[in-house]
Parts: sequence; C-alpha cells; structure tokens
Amino acid sequence: MEELRGTERLAATFATLKAEGKRAFIAYVTAGDPDMETTKELVLTLEKNGASIIELGVPFSDPVADGPVIQEAAGRALAGGTTLPKVLETVRALRQETSIPIVLLTYYNPVLRFGLARFACEAAASGVDGVIVADLPAEEGGVLREPLDEMGLALIPLAAPTSTPERIQLIAEKARGFIYCVSLLGVTGMRADLPPDAAALLERVRAMTDVPLALGFGISTAEHAAIVAPNCDGVIVGSAIVKLIAKNLDDRAQMLAEVGAFAREMAAAVG
Amino acid sequence: MTGQLTPNGRFGAFGGAFVPETLKPALEELEAAFRQMADDPAFQEEFQTLLAEYAGRPSRLYFARRLTEHLGGARVYLKREDLNHTGSHKINNTLGQVLMAKRMGKKRVIAETGAGQHGVATATACALFGIPCEVYMGAEDVERQALNVLRMQLLGTKVIAVTSGTRTLKDAINEAMRDWVANVQDTFYCFGTAAGPHPYPSIVRYFQSVIGVEARAQIIEKEGRLPDAVLACVGGGSNAMGMFSGFLDDASVRLIGVEAGGDGVETGRHSASLTAGIPGVLHGAVSYLLQDDDGQIMGTHSIAAGLDYPGVGPQLSYLKDSGRAEFVAITDREALEGVRILALTEGILPALESAHAIAQAAKMAPQMSPDSLLIVNLSGRGDKDVHTLAGEVG
Ligand SMILES: Cc1ncc(COP(=O)(O)O)c(C=O)c1O
Repeated sequence: MEELRGTERLAATFATLKAEGKRAFIAYVTAGDPDMETTKELVLTLEKNGASIIELGVPFSDPVADGPVIQEAAGRALAGGTTLPKVLETVRALRQETSIPIVLLTYYNPVLRFGLARFACEAAASGVDGVIVADLPAEEGGVLREPLDEMGLALIPLAAPTSTPERIQLIAEKARGFIYCVSLLGVTGMRADLPPDAAALLERVRAMTDVPLALGFGISTAEHAAIVAPNCDGVIVGSAIVKLIAKNLDDRAQMLAEVGAFAREMAAAVG
Repeated sequence: MTGQLTPNGRFGAFGGAFVPETLKPALEELEAAFRQMADDPAFQEEFQTLLAEYAGRPSRLYFARRLTEHLGGARVYLKREDLNHTGSHKINNTLGQVLMAKRMGKKRVIAETGAGQHGVATATACALFGIPCEVYMGAEDVERQALNVLRMQLLGTKVIAVTSGTRTLKDAINEAMRDWVANVQDTFYCFGTAAGPHPYPSIVRYFQSVIGVEARAQIIEKEGRLPDAVLACVGGGSNAMGMFSGFLDDASVRLIGVEAGGDGVETGRHSASLTAGIPGVLHGAVSYLLQDDDGQIMGTHSIAAGLDYPGVGPQLSYLKDSGRAEFVAITDREALEGVRILALTEGILPALESAHAIAQAAKMAPQMSPDSLLIVNLSGRGDKDVHTLAGEVG
C-alpha cells in the first residue's frame, strides 16, 4: 500500500486516534536548536515516546507570536545557520526513518522570500505534510493555500479566543489538516494556570466544523493536558519542550532523556 | 483631510494585514471605529480643536532666507512641525489615535518608540485624556534618547526597555505587538508611523495629512504657486506621507523621500529600505524591507534613532514602484552637516531625522534655478539629539 502523505496523512492520523478514542499529542521543537543533528534525534525521540504529530519551527528573526522561550530558541537556531532549505533537507532525511506527520510552523516572510510555489513543491518533495504560518490570517492565505493544495499539503489555520463567529466560519471553510486553536490571549509560553478561554473556544469552533481541533499555547503540564484533552482532538506543547532543550544544551544525552520522559508523560495524559 | 481607507488595505501590491489571528478582530474593530469617526462631526471638531489649541496648529511655513542664500539656488521653505507641542509631527497622530482610544472605551494605551518622539507624543495625549500608557523602546534607544525617556516618565508613562533582537525600533514594535496580543480586549495600540497592518497606514496618513494640506495652502498664499518639490525624511514614513498626501494629485510636484544611508548604502550599515530593500512582510504589511536571502530581517543602522528601522510604510512602497515618488539616501555624516548648516544659517537645531531631509535639500537646491521652490518637512526639533551631537561635534 502506498504511504499516505500531506493533508491525507494528517487526516488518517486523526482518524486512527479517534477510532481508538485517543487524542494527538503534538510536539513542537524549533528546527536547528541547537543544531540539525539534535533536531533529528529530538523528533525521533518524541515519536518513540508517544508524540503523534511533530511541529518543526522554522526560526524567524522577528517572531511576534512567540514568548521568550521560543524566541530564544529561534535565536540559537539562526546563530547556528538554520535556513528554510536546511529545515526541508532535515525533513527529507527524517523521512528515511519515520512516517510521523510533520508540519512546519513558520512566519510568512521566510516562505515568501523562498517563493510560494517553489516552497509548496519542495516541502512536498521533502515529506512535509502541513504548514502553519503564525502571521497569515485566513484572508491573506489564499496565495499560499493554492499551491499547497495542489501538492496535497495542508495550510493549517489558527483560531483565537477573539475570533468572531464570522471569522471562525471563514477559518473553518479554509482549514486543511486541522485547526490550531489558540488557548489564550497572548504569545507562546508556559503558564501556571490552565487557559480559561480554551473550552469556550473549542466549543465555538466545534459547532462550525468537523475538522480536527488541536489546542495550543500555554499548556505545559500533564495535569493541564489531561483536563483540556477531552474537548479536542490534539494538544500542542511547545515551550515546555523547548525549555528542556535549553536547559540541557551541553548534555545531549540528558536532553533526549528528559524530553523523552516528558513526552511519555504528556502522551499518556492526552491519550 | 484625505480620509479614505484603501480597499483590502492594499496600495497596489503592498499593504495588507499579516498578523496573528488574535489581533485580526482588533484591527477590524479599529477599522470600523475609524470609518465612523472620520464621518463624525463631533469627533472632527474635538480633534481640530485639539490640533489648534493644544498642539499649536497650523504649523508655520517658513521661508529660510539665509539657508537659501547659503545654498544659492532654489528658494527653500521649512514646514515647521518642530514647533508643535512636544516638538515633532508625532503629536498630530497621537492626539487622533488616543482620542479614538478614549471614544472606543479602551482602558490602556501602548506604543513603541524609536527616537522617543512618538513615545513622548503618546504619553502626552494619554496624560491629557487620563489614560494609562506604556511605551516599548529598544534598549539602545533608551540610552541614546535619555531625555525623551525622562520626559515620558514625567508624563506618567512607563517606559519598557526592550533587550531582544537588535534592541531598536523593530524590536520595540515586536514587543508592543506581543503585549497587544495578550491584552487586546481593553488595550489600544497607538502605532507610531504610517506602516504596520491595515488600517494603520491609512489612519496615520489621515492624521498626518494635515501637514501637506496646510503646506499646499500656505505655499500658494506666499508664492502664488505650487512648489517644484517637497522633501521629507523616511523612517516608517508618517511625516513623509503627511506631506506627500497634500500633493499626490499635483503631478508637477516632485515627492522626495530621504532615507537613512547610515555609513553609506554600499557598506550595508544603513536603514534605507526603499533604496536597498526588497518587498517582504514585516509587522503586518507587504512593503520594501531590508532582509537577507533567507527572509530574515537585517540589522540596521542610523545615527537618527527614528529612522533606524528595516521596513517602511506600504504606501511609500507603492509610490516608489509607480514612480510617483523618488527616494534617496543620506549618510550619517551628511545628516550631521545638515544639522550644522541649518543651525548656523537659521538658528534652528533640527532633529537628526529631519536633518536628513535638510541635507538632501542642500544637495538639490544649488542645482536648481533661483525661482524654483522646495519645501522641506522639518519633522522635529533637535533637543533630544544633543547627547549624540555632543559625541560627534567638537
Ligand atoms: C523628528 C522625527 N522625524 C521623523 C521620524 C521618522 O518617522 P516617520 O517616518 O514616521 O515620520 C521620527 C521618528 O521618531 C522623528 O522623531
């Protein structure tokens, strides 16, 4: 049987989990933080320890939707010479070893500079399944969605607690793969409390679409993950993982061990 | 004033609203409020009264006789935005936006600032309306614009030094956007220039268009005709769009934007986005941008903190591509010479930003006939820069 890819691979992953009564644990790392070799190992470690989908951050110099933890990761990655072509190369290498769905999380300018059609082509060829662009709202997304659609890749939109019913309708219409529901007002980062707006947003989006809903921003403990999981199809965890990476920059074995243990805990809480 | 919003927030291929989804509804709310207030006679009256009674408008159009004699060519006029309350054109925009914030019932105003002039103007408007205010400022600018930091603090505003990235205006805008994402429901972001996501380029142009509208009427009254060219420095482009928007339909008037050439455009240490950049997306709009081959934003340099920014407003990008406006770069050194010439011939100490436009006028005027007319937008006064000047002159 031919392996599924792109939007179809994401759909199949959510469908399989759903049939098992489970949710996706979606793990974020910034590509190239601190180097690409480590990124590859992190991805494989996350998969081995229960992640269902990997989000690979493409570092950008001016990440306005990110808090300090991911900003600093982007800084480390850029200082190490990470570029979009190198991220694609890394995905291509990973595809020799894993078929876990991989989505890129990026800002618009690096993609625009690379060329939208060229990006869609090369991302597909590398084995990328979907793309999340933090500063590309539904209205502006058409020019990227078209070439991605043609390649069978998902342009995954975001929905926020501030999104009006009209906007959620529009977002749902344009959505591919899943909808990234932003759990709170604010940037990425760990929070002590459970995001209060999350359940209401999930409910509002759910009323408008059957597309899988993943919840992200601010979720950093298994406890919180377990509470929000029943209301969505996937839980996204970024800063908490990146923080473990940052803490263990000079001890890769320790880094992988801690990230692996954390992923196991999260996957269990979410599933 | 020219109050139209551009369709889809586009100026040709430029503009748009490339922001996180969380902010998109706030921009829609802002656009709706702006539409309503631009048509509301009560808002207009309050705004016009503030400009006249509080900011000190109209600003003078001053014939610089000694500068003209010194340069030996075109007759040079100065549009004296430096005479406004708080010492720059920024007050026009902040009175307008903070008045909008008040009418929208917002509880808090945030802003970013480079040279500190927009910060001071926002702090001033917020003190006047009794709204709490916080201003983000790059750590490097906090140091070189210490006087304006103190002014903001005296006006009751909290200044937050930004240490991320290049520690200048670009990073202050990033931090202000992060704050806005977190507090969007009750916070008004008073954007400092005619850049950023739609509808800011249109709103800021609207509030600054008073500069060009006044200048046009004043030059016709004094000289009986239109100028041959108008000049303005370009940071994000608010004083330039303000001046240009009075003359857009006057095909005979050259519109000249003066960017920061820093150490020289060829050195790579500059902030000349239109001269040396390529289109891309930063801070919410498609516009000319200083970026590398991978789409990362490049570090910038200018002796003028208010010009030290890798982007530019989208309408200026459009005016460049359509050929309606011309853009040139003036180096730090030439700008310092601009300060010196204006101080010695006219007794006016211009802001380093404005000195870029003066320096360009000093290049052009001698090549022009004595019956030609130039208007230079003197966007601000130089008090804030004495610290920098002390290090350079001596
Ligand atoms: C006196 C003065 N002129 C010009 C500028 C540049 O801004 P803009 O291009 O928006 O007019 C600044 C910005 O701080 C300024 O303080």
